[in-house]
Formats: sequence, structure tokens, C-alpha cells
Amino acid sequence: MDVIILQLLNGLDKGSAYALIALGLTLIFGTLGVVNFAHGALFMLGAFCAVTLQRILSLSFETIDPTKTDFLGNPAKIKTPYVESWFGPELGSSIIDWSVPLAILFAIPIMIGIGYIMERGLIKHFYKRPHADQILVTFGLAIVIQEVIKQFYGANPIPTPAPDMFKGSFDFGTLLGFDPNAVIYPYWRLVYFFFAALIIAAVFGFLQFTTFGMVVRAGMADRETVGLLGINIDRRFTIMFGIAAAVAGLAGVMYAPINSPNYHMGMDFLVLSFVVVVVGGMGSLPGAVLAGFLLGILESFSSMNQIKQILPGIDQIIIYLVAIIILLVRPRGLMGRKGVMED
Amino acid sequence: MLGLEKKDTSLLIVVAILTMCAPFILNPFPTDSAMAQFNAGYPDLMQRFVIFGIFAIGFNILFGLTGYLSFGHAAFLGIGSYSAVWMFKLLGYNILPGIFLSVITSGLFALLIGYISLRRSGIYFSILTLAFAQMSFALAYSVLTPLTNGETGLQVYNSDPQYFHSDAMPNIPHLFGQEMQSTFKLSMGGWSFDFNTGYYICALIMLVMFYLAIRIFRSPFGLMLKAIKTNQTRLNYTGLNSRPYTLAAFVISGMYAGLAGGLMASMDPLAGAERMQWTASGEVVLMTILGGAGTLIGPVLGAGFIKYFENIFSKINDTVLHQWFAFLPDGIEDFLIAIVHPFVGKGWHLTLGLMFMAIVIFLPGGLVEGGQKIARKFRGGKAKDTTATTDSTPAE
Repeated sequence: MDVIILQLLNGLDKGSAYALIALGLTLIFGTLGVVNFAHGALFMLGAFCAVTLQRILSLSFETIDPTKTDFLGNPAKIKTPYVESWFGPELGSSIIDWSVPLAILFAIPIMIGIGYIMERGLIKHFYKRPHADQILVTFGLAIVIQEVIKQFYGANPIPTPAPDMFKGSFDFGTLLGFDPNAVIYPYWRLVYFFFAALIIAAVFGFLQFTTFGMVVRAGMADRETVGLLGINIDRRFTIMFGIAAAVAGLAGVMYAPINSPNYHMGMDFLVLSFVVVVVGGMGSLPGAVLAGFLLGILESFSSMNQIKQILPGIDQIIIYLVAIIILLVRPRGLMGRKGVMED
Repeated sequence: MLGLEKKDTSLLIVVAILTMCAPFILNPFPTDSAMAQFNAGYPDLMQRFVIFGIFAIGFNILFGLTGYLSFGHAAFLGIGSYSAVWMFKLLGYNILPGIFLSVITSGLFALLIGYISLRRSGIYFSILTLAFAQMSFALAYSVLTPLTNGETGLQVYNSDPQYFHSDAMPNIPHLFGQEMQSTFKLSMGGWSFDFNTGYYICALIMLVMFYLAIRIFRSPFGLMLKAIKTNQTRLNYTGLNSRPYTLAAFVISGMYAGLAGGLMASMDPLAGAERMQWTASGEVVLMTILGGAGTLIGPVLGAGFIKYFENIFSKINDTVLHQWFAFLPDGIEDFLIAIVHPFVGKGWHLTLGLMFMAIVIFLPGGLVEGGQKIARKFRGGKAKDTTATTDSTPAE
């Protein structure tokens, strides 16, 4: 039992990342009808927002402390971050410590801006072109973004620690009456899961309970009619693209402490997120979320030792296998709507 | 000739001449001149030109004719490589059985994957093939290690059986004793030209494959594939089942990819899983689009173009840049180098991505369309001139 719960929990954090990226992909596909291969790159950009903020906050100046000497006998140089000198050492160091959560605030405007520019500058010209062209141009864009990041940050993963408070693990098992140390789960992954749930709820709430969201949903159902009613649907869809980019970016920001960001992390997630979208059903938002968590949990279960002994290596291919089976048995995906990409 | 129209015959002849004279054409600069780094006439690169040419020609039969965008074609390349290396391990270094088996196995895999993937079309097809390719990559990389040797890559060891190997035969890939690596160097003045056996074998195979592709393009079967691209729904309404045709195209292009993989392993007897990764599939898509999907010569051009620039751009480093801009004042020199630096050397992928986007945005028909446009402009300009003169003559 404890093993099952442990795997369930392990699946949740990966599943949350899949769900968030797939949600953004589906938003873009559902509104604009564009297949965005650069969405993984947006996820990666989010993670690098966290890296950048951490670097900015730890910018420091050097002072010479004559009372101490380093091992060569020279007066020791002490680095003090600017933030600490402005806000005092205690507040300053805790600001640096909390840079990843703070990066959320930093990333939202940046990602919305990037999404906006991307849609207006590039994607806009591809609405009437075939899907193959959309795939190709966004694939090219993904390569470009990836390489630019590589130029600035290098090819190595950059460790981005979570705040001290969330380091270490949480003994989940004692809560449920298992032996201590049976179910141990890092705090940050728990945070990630709740954060993802919050974002997903926010996106759904936004679409369901605001006038803006209502118009967008109407536009998803029938773009032409909404346009004929005198509503500038294109503008709203552009904003939705920005929001989708922000969702991917936030997923990336919070993922940075779990997996040190490197320039190709987006591509690794992209393929899987596409599979998630297809399994969930093209254009279905609840489907994307459901499939994201489902596949994340499935992946983590298949990496259990007991299962690996029977079917070695199943954890590497399970997601693809499931996707192939679902596409053949239920071509519309788990919750796909009728009439979306039915050709 | 050979059952081709006149235009196609001349195209085939031009390609044949170009590939046969490639060692000369690709080495236009004397070896010790500053421009020698732009020479592409060394065996390794020339082999890659033609091998990727075969790969792209095959991909074009699927994508260019039927419009089905497969994002997993590299899987067949990898399968071809693995089967060729297995033949080397079991039978010996003669490349014929290896190439033969690589075509057969990749054809079988293409039949299986195609049978499943082709039940869907459009974006679903792309994602299905992508999923299959990633799955084969994962399988080759870790799960099937006894068969693929995992991360290390499959290679031939001394302890392998090699039943048909005799001591008289060379211990590297060969064709009835002709070593693939053997190169005849011809020095003429400042120039030197390499004539490599492996290259010529690959080039001959590519010519045959190119001829085959022309025949497919011009056959009723090819017309049917084009009809599928234009309007599949209408085709279905006329009572035709289009799936056997698409499946046949998929298998053919898979076999082309397998052949390319087999040749790759024959030139360098090593097969690794990274050949199957989806970025490798993206590369062949790129070659085809860059050259011009749906055209005969496009994929070959695209493959040559990308492989050439990959090689040249990644060789340019800061020292080379300093040599180039040495005539400029220091400040401007450093400034220019700072600008160019991110695009060359290790940053070559950035240039590739930008080029790719530019092609898709501005020139969806690829290089071939660009060439046609320029040609038309020249001709159109001339035509206008003549009409202008004829118009003006009566007035005088």
C-alpha cells in the first residue's frame, strides 16, 4: 500500500508539469487552431526566468575586510549582494533564498510579453497555412530560442535551489499510519503539485466565470459568429496566447528546483506534452489536464522495481504505448470533442 | 531514355555528372590557400552528402507526394544502421548483405508503423510517427541493450563470428575486397582531389535511387499519391481506398531511409541510438523543405546544402574570423566579430534554425521555388523589355 501511495505521489509532480504544458498547448490549439511546437521552449524560458532572477538578486559588490586574511595572507575580499546592503542582511538573504517563488511575479509579465510578440510577429501569418507549415515554423522557432539560451547560459544545467524552508522531505507515511520513512516526499514537489492545481483552477475559473472567458469560449466554439457579432475575437485570442505562454512559463519557473534547467529541457517535455494532448483529446482542456496527471502517474508506476522485473524498460516506453493504443481505439482521445481535427 | 521524358532524362544526366565529378567541383580552392576551408571535397563529407540525399529523396516520396508529415523517419535510419552492423558482426565485412538486410528490416518496420499510423492523418499522423520514433529510440537506448549495445553503440568486435570472413579480406567494410576507406589522391598543382571508393558506391546507389524516384513521381502510382495530397476526401468519395497507396509510399520511403542507414554503417561500422532521436527526424524534414518538398531535385539540394553549411559554419572559429576582418580598424573588427560569433562555430544550430524559419515563412517551396522565381524574373524582365520595344516602335 505504502509503495502504491509513494508512486502515486511521485507521478503527481511530473504529471503536474505535463498537465500545465498540455493545458497551454490545448489553449493555443483550441483558440487559434495552431499547433505550437515552440511550447516546450516557452517552458524552458520560464525555468530560465527563475535562473535569471536568482542571478540578478545575487549580484554583489566586493569589500576588503582588513581584519581577516585569506590563505595567501592577503586581505580577504568579502562579497555582499546589493540586496543585502539595501534591505539589511536578514531580509536581503531571505529575498535571495526565495528567488524562485519571486520569479513567478517576474516571469508572468515576461512570458505574456513573449507570447504576445510571438503571436503578433509570427504565428498570425500562419493561420491560413497548412498545419505542416505551422509545425515547421514553430519547430524552427524552438531551435532558435533554444540556441539563444545556450549562447547566454551555456550548455550545462544550472542548479537553482528552492527556498531553505522547502528543502528536505516530508514523511507522508506517518500521517496515514504507515511506518516512519515508508513514504517520503520532498516538500518542493508537494508545493509544485499545489501550485499546478492552483494555476489549472485559475485558468478554468478565468474561462468559466469572467466575461472575457465567456467570449473566448464562444470564440473557440464558433469563431466566425463571434466575429460577426462585432467582437474583436482576434485580440482576445492573442491575449489567450499570452496566457498560454505564461502558464508554460510558470510551469517552468517552479520546475527549476526539481530539475536544474538546461537548454534542451523544453524539447524533452514537448514530445511528451504532445502525446498528452493527443491522449486527452485535441482541443479539450479538461482532457489535457486529466491525461497529464494520468500519464505522469502511469509513468511513475511503471518505473516500480516490481514491474520492471517483469517488463524491463517499460517505464521508458509506456507513455508512447498508451498513446498509440488510445489513438487507435479512441481516435478522439479521452475527452476529445466532435469535429475537432477530424480529418 | 530509360523510360523517362526528355526533361527528366536531362535532369538525371546533370545529377549524374555532378555526383561523378563531385571531388573536382567541391574542391575549387587550392589546398594551401586561405579559402581551402570552404572545400568540401573530402571523402567523409561527400559520403554524407549522398547518403542524406538518399534519405531526403525517400522522405520526399512520402511528404512531398502525399503530404503526410512524418516526424519519425530517423527511426528507420537507425534500424537500417543496426541491421547492417549486425550483418557485419555475423557474416563479415562485405557491405552487400548488410545493405540488403537494412532495406528489408526497415521496410518491415515501416509496414508495421505505417499500418498503425496511417489510420490517422494530419497532425495525428505526425504525432503518432513521433511517438513511434521516440519509442524506438528509448528501446534502442536502454531496453534492447543486448541487441543494440545501448549507449555505447553497436560495433564489430574481434570476438564476433563473422562466418564468411577470410584472412584475405580487409578487416574494414569492403565490397568484394574493395575497401570503403581507400582513397586515391590526385594532386594537380596546388589542388588535390580525393577519389574515395565508398563515396562512389554511395553515389551510384543514390543515382539509382534518384532514377527510381523519378519513375515513381511520373507513374500512375505517383499521380495517385499527388491526388491524395490535393484532396483526399474527394478521392475517397470516388470509391477509392487511399490507404494502400499511402502505406506503399510510407514503406518505400522507410526503405529509402533504411538504405541510407545501411550505407552510413557501411562507411563507418558503428550504429548508435542517437541516430533515431526525433531531432534527427526533424533534420530530414528540414532538408526536404529547404530544397523544396514535392520536387525531384529539391531534397538532394537541401541535403547537400545543410550538410555543407553544417560542416563549414561549425569550422569557423574566432581565429578565422580575425583573419577575415583583419583589414578593418581594430574597434570595428572586434565589433563585427562579436556580432558574427554567435552564428558560427558551436552556434551553427542558431543559423540553421533562423534559416529554416526564413525558408518556411518566405519561401515555402524551398530553394527550387526560389530558383524558379529568380529565373522567371529574369525571363519576365526580358519579355517586358521586348514588349516595351515593340510597343514603342509603331509610335516612332
